[in-house]
Amino acid sequence: MHIDRTERTYMIIAGALIAVFFGLVVVSSLAYGIQVPAPEARVDPQTVATPGNSPWGDPIDERVRELAPGQYEAFILAQTWVFLPNVIEVPVGSTVTFQVTSKDVQHGFNLSGTNINMMIIPGQVSKLTATFNEPGEYAFICNEYCGIGHQTMFGRLIVTDEG
Amino acid sequence: MYARENKIAGWSLAVAMIALFIGGSMGPLQKLNYAGVNLYDTLNDIGLASYYQGLTLHAVLNALVWTTFFIVGFFTFALVRSLNMPLKMPWLNVAALIVMVIGLIMAAIPILLNLATVLFTFYPPLQANTFFYLGLTLVVIGSWMHGYGYYLTYWEWRKQNKGTRTPFIALAIIITMVMWQIATLGVAIEIIFLIIPWSLGWVEGTDPTLARTFFWFFGHPLVYFWLLPAYVSWYAMLPKQAGGKLFSEGLARLVFWLFLALSVPVGLHHQYLDPGVPAGWKAVHAMITFALFFPSMVTAFTVVASLEVGGRARGGTGLLGWIRALPWGDPSVTAQLLAMILFVFGGIGGLTNASYNLNLVIHNTSWVPGHFHLTVGSAVTLTFMGIAYWLVPAISGKNLWSRKVALWQGWTWFVGMILMSNGLHILGLNFSMPRRTMIGAAPYADPAWNPLLFEAMIGGLILGVSGLLFYANMLGTVLSRKKAETPVEMPVAESMDATPAPAWLDSWKPWMALTIVLILIAYGPILVDLISSAQFTSPGFTPW
Repeated sequence: MHIDRTERTYMIIAGALIAVFFGLVVVSSLAYGIQVPAPEARVDPQTVATPGNSPWGDPIDERVRELAPGQYEAFILAQTWVFLPNVIEVPVGSTVTFQVTSKDVQHGFNLSGTNINMMIIPGQVSKLTATFNEPGEYAFICNEYCGIGHQTMFGRLIVTDEG
Repeated sequence: MYARENKIAGWSLAVAMIALFIGGSMGPLQKLNYAGVNLYDTLNDIGLASYYQGLTLHAVLNALVWTTFFIVGFFTFALVRSLNMPLKMPWLNVAALIVMVIGLIMAAIPILLNLATVLFTFYPPLQANTFFYLGLTLVVIGSWMHGYGYYLTYWEWRKQNKGTRTPFIALAIIITMVMWQIATLGVAIEIIFLIIPWSLGWVEGTDPTLARTFFWFFGHPLVYFWLLPAYVSWYAMLPKQAGGKLFSEGLARLVFWLFLALSVPVGLHHQYLDPGVPAGWKAVHAMITFALFFPSMVTAFTVVASLEVGGRARGGTGLLGWIRALPWGDPSVTAQLLAMILFVFGGIGGLTNASYNLNLVIHNTSWVPGHFHLTVGSAVTLTFMGIAYWLVPAISGKNLWSRKVALWQGWTWFVGMILMSNGLHILGLNFSMPRRTMIGAAPYADPAWNPLLFEAMIGGLILGVSGLLFYANMLGTVLSRKKAETPVEMPVAESMDATPAPAWLDSWKPWMALTIVLILIAYGPILVDLISSAQFTSPGFTPW
């Protein structure tokens, strides 16, 4: 098969470019410790919110726990059309591990301005961790269509300035 | 000649365009809502229940009905001319069209009754009326039947033309339909085995992760099913319209085979943020997705080179002067050239989406609709409109109603899409604005978004006007009483290279083997894992 010389050169460059791009994705993902949600735990969406069954069944104000100074764990239940809890307060410098699940349909959890973005699928637990070094208010927004009230579904993470 | 094929093509195109008219008209409403002009309360009176019902119409009618019906119409028309042979079993293709139309009506009724406001992805446990799923299944089965009609015709041609290479257009069409056949197995399994028994109440629960995985087995090759017919035109028809020749036919064939092999085993890149899918498999699909970029890069070179041959033959000189010499007065050419320009940006954005790490920033934000309005909404749709500017006259035997209106249509689409897509991209990237959301009613909407929402609205309104210009032209053409003096023929670009393509580029066995092996590697283990650990615990919900 005849291939024009310029086109052959172009194809080599194009192929190399794609390989370099993919290499950069791999290297930067490893270098920055990029995490994506991965299989964490299975739950039964119909009983996950029942008190005593799981951390998502605990009273809402007990779902954010301080494990160690500056180390928090937040168990957030997504349901039409609210996150519970939907206001979370932590001091600046805190590391928060979010564990989110849904008791009904699919939802999304995107914490604006961070790398926390995950699908919330009933039956699965989505888990990611982030450290907050800037005080301020971060919105976590449901970014997967979940019904007629989807646009009202959000919560706030308040990072307080401890001094 | 080909009266029966023309009839099938004509009716398919008619359904496609009616769908685009209804689905497309929802677009400007959405963008008006984004910018604070809410017309949905008024529209309640004429039966539109919500933003999300409108969005379901927009997505299903535009992305599934307009594309699929246009493609089978275009393919039916082009296949028989490329093979120079009528359909082997035309009744099969007529039946295919009837099945598709019945399916469309069956799916449309629940959507219109607000019983299937589940958007284009119908992710369980959102649960639509069963007829929505049955209707979609029939549309897919009808498209398979079209494929079987094509394969039989192709088979007959091969028997009669032993030793001759398949003409490029015919080969590209058959490859596209085989790819579609394989891809749609995913959604067929999802609907038939997981969703229908569950929506009928035969089983109580379903597994949303498993359903998503089958959906995206289909969902990504779906975009190549939209794109490849546009590539058929760019490679094999547009150069002829521009006075050029197909620069490297061998590579064009290779590109289509690569799309067959690589389109399917990439679906997990839509599920990078799924909690139920292991990271390692996401990385495997990321790698194949990057490889899938290669045939599109080759297409960029070959198509531009083919056009350059035309531009120079028309007297263009200099490094870029040939571009000005292209027939910009021909609306069919202009629409497709503008579609290509927008596709460059669509392609670059697509690489961002495919990047495992960058995707974290833009997943499910308005960046994504910004992206796919450049691809399926421009590269594909504007190309199909460009094709319609010769195809509808060719089928109807009438002249295009107005070349001038058609030129305005192409340019307004181009400008409108740049504005809308730019706004949506930035809103998603910088502000994490969610996609598929009634932003006009969102309490978290930030005043800083307003200039970009306004830009997107202006773009959306210009696109609405462009759509109207298109429908007016199509109606004007079809309803015209005057027959054209010179019938319009399908443009077919000659190959620059007179030697026939090598045999390995006209042979199914190696490419089918590669396709199956890649799918088994990329999907075999993860599907076995997901099926064996499935938990059918999600009952249905109708929260709309």
